[in-house]
Amino acid sequence: MKLGRIIGTVVSTQKLETLEGLKLLLVQPLDEKGKEAGPAVVAFDVARAGEGDLVLFEAGKEAAQANPNGWFNPADAAVIGIVDAVNVDEGRGKAAKR
Amino acid sequence: MILARVVGNVVSTEKISQYRGYKILVVQPIDPEGKPKGKSFLALDGVQAGVGDRVLVVDEGGSARSVLGDEGAVTVRTVVCGIVDRVDIEDKE
Repeated sequence: MKLGRIIGTVVSTQKLETLEGLKLLLVQPLDEKGKEAGPAVVAFDVARAGEGDLVLFEAGKEAAQANPNGWFNPADAAVIGIVDAVNVDEGRGKAAKR
Repeated sequence: MILARVVGNVVSTEKISQYRGYKILVVQPIDPEGKPKGKSFLALDGVQAGVGDRVLVVDEGGSARSVLGDEGAVTVRTVVCGIVDRVDIEDKE
């Protein structure tokens, strides 16, 4: 699971049957501080996210399992949640190292 | 399994039902000495870990489901599966 921001949508008419009816979103992966972490990916949406939203997305074969049209599909990224808050406590992280 | 440190948590209300009830942690992979290595990512908590803990993270769907004991959690891939007490490494000559 990773953090990401929705930076756009993708429209595709001619696609596999198993991907029909799904909203395709362009997701920019982010780290916990909001810094970009790698190139943007296209993910289908099951969390009703929209442009500008901070989201949770799953990559890999597990993402395909979230597809309401069935598990046998070629999706490799899915937006599965909308983020309300990210709490980072680096001070405590460092203290625990000692 | 990956050695990592828990650096934070994420709150999400609107999410798919399989993730309900689990804590979402921000984990930063570390090397055996404890130095951050690579990019942080998110993992569900299977062992009551908290911020600052050194943990073991599994990043594979089947193993993740068995850690949670939840066969229905088919979209779950990354789970914290252990809290590390100690890492012993051979001295570099």
